[in-house]
Amino acid sequence: MRYDIRFSGSGGQGIITAGILLAQAAAIKAGKNAVQSQSYGPEARGGASKAEVIISDDEINYPKIISPDIVISLTQEAYNKYAVDLKDEAVIIVDNTLVHEYKQDGHKVYAVPITASVKELLGSAVSANIATLGVVNEICKIMEHQWLLDVVISNFPERAAENNTKAYNLGIDLAKKVME
Amino acid sequence: MEKKRERKFLQGNDAVALGALYAGCKFYAGYPITPSTEVAERLAAWLPKNGGRFIQMEDEISAMAAVIGASLAGKKSLTATSGPGMSLKLENLGYGYMAEVPCVVLNVMRGGPSTGTPTGPGQADIMQARWGTHGDHPCIALTPSTVYEQFSQTVRAFNLAEKYRMPVIILSDEIIGHMREAIEVPLEGELEVIEREKPACAIDEYKPYDNSVLVPKMASFGQGYRYHVTGLNHDEYGFPTNSAKLIGLQEERLIKKVEENYDDIVQVEHFMCEDAEHIIFAFGSSARASKDAVLNLRKKGVKAGLLKPLTIWPFPDREISEYASKVKDITVVELSVGQSVREVSRAAGGRCNIKHIYKVDSKPISPVDIEKAVEG
Repeated sequence: MRYDIRFSGSGGQGIITAGILLAQAAAIKAGKNAVQSQSYGPEARGGASKAEVIISDDEINYPKIISPDIVISLTQEAYNKYAVDLKDEAVIIVDNTLVHEYKQDGHKVYAVPITASVKELLGSAVSANIATLGVVNEICKIMEHQWLLDVVISNFPERAAENNTKAYNLGIDLAKKVME
Repeated sequence: MEKKRERKFLQGNDAVALGALYAGCKFYAGYPITPSTEVAERLAAWLPKNGGRFIQMEDEISAMAAVIGASLAGKKSLTATSGPGMSLKLENLGYGYMAEVPCVVLNVMRGGPSTGTPTGPGQADIMQARWGTHGDHPCIALTPSTVYEQFSQTVRAFNLAEKYRMPVIILSDEIIGHMREAIEVPLEGELEVIEREKPACAIDEYKPYDNSVLVPKMASFGQGYRYHVTGLNHDEYGFPTNSAKLIGLQEERLIKKVEENYDDIVQVEHFMCEDAEHIIFAFGSSARASKDAVLNLRKKGVKAGLLKPLTIWPFPDREISEYASKVKDITVVELSVGQSVREVSRAAGGRCNIKHIYKVDSKPISPVDIEKAVEG
């Protein structure tokens, strides 16, 4: 079993954090080999950035993804730049809050209104990256939800636990809807 | 109950900070720079809780000076930077070699001369590490390629610094520094930690730069022994000298400390090299891609192996020389137009074919590109 997962978005959306959390859960909770790496520009906010996570039963050497199994794009620029070199069976998840132009054929494409839904539920989009994890894990069944949620909660101050849990569960619900 | 190693998911830079604590580092001075900043961030939080001190200096020059000062006072010391900061540290690094002050300098290599590409990897500071500071001087530089090695090679860097009384450089790169993977953190006592040898002789008998031994014992300032520290060539008490004999003895001793301890200092990893006809020489992030290339080539029936140096200085001449007389070719993989390839060619001495694959566009070299280079 091996997953090559690419998170992409704009600097500040928390996609690198999402990648770290997923990889950490895979490495610590699921006992898999996991490597997380990232690519971003010199700017702290804005620009297209990506976080890559490889989860495997085998040793992972080259830490970058050559052709992803799963791509998640939270912005149009990130989609255009990083939803490339896909495997034939790849899953593409776009947040259609900000991604409007995307190919609907050729791969398993899911358009999920992640950022808009998080904002509506919690009044702020700050947990959109956590909802994204719920979406990805529900669609791709990478590991038990509880493992990932435990890692999410343990990585933030206690006061964030409630909203992060809500955001994560919202992600699961959104994914269920688009898979119907 | 028997204690078990804790499994932690860590960034490469975090592992350096954790390794430094394991080795007994009590002082960090630095000036933040991508892609090394996380080392400073972690140690700013961790050192004060572990009986140490952290200081952010006004620039890299002063940071190197502070690290030398702390070490003279008896504390294991570290600074971390990237290429542009390394350029600034070089003057005081030379002072560290001359005054024989143990310390560890981490360079998380990024691309380009000058400020280059802060968030892109590079491996082009190899020659800077060796010859950046002027004059004949010894050099020990280590090249980790996994998050675990970031930890273990940091511990080793401190050990070598203390053992040979000199600065030791760790050459990491943006990919290894920033990537995360799980490591099993060694328990206390599992890895060797070497402490500085301090004098116990009478105060007026102490020679801080005794040329009759390879590595003189080093007193901490404040311990009671008085001596002079200078970047000038000095006599055995540390005072400047114009004696040709003393200058010569000291210069030669500095170099011999490393030269005569090749076996202790040089570490390489041999991966599937035993029956290999094609050797790949690669370190740091390039070694990771090369390992995949070896596995893929083996599947195709090509007898490839990876020679991965964990010590790049002194250069692993003996290992390369040995393979050069056995294999068809050595392919050098590096994120540099050609620094380590020249050394490999020199060590191979024309006994096998040398191939070279490099990239300097801020992206890593992929396993497929390496396979093509070996097969081509």
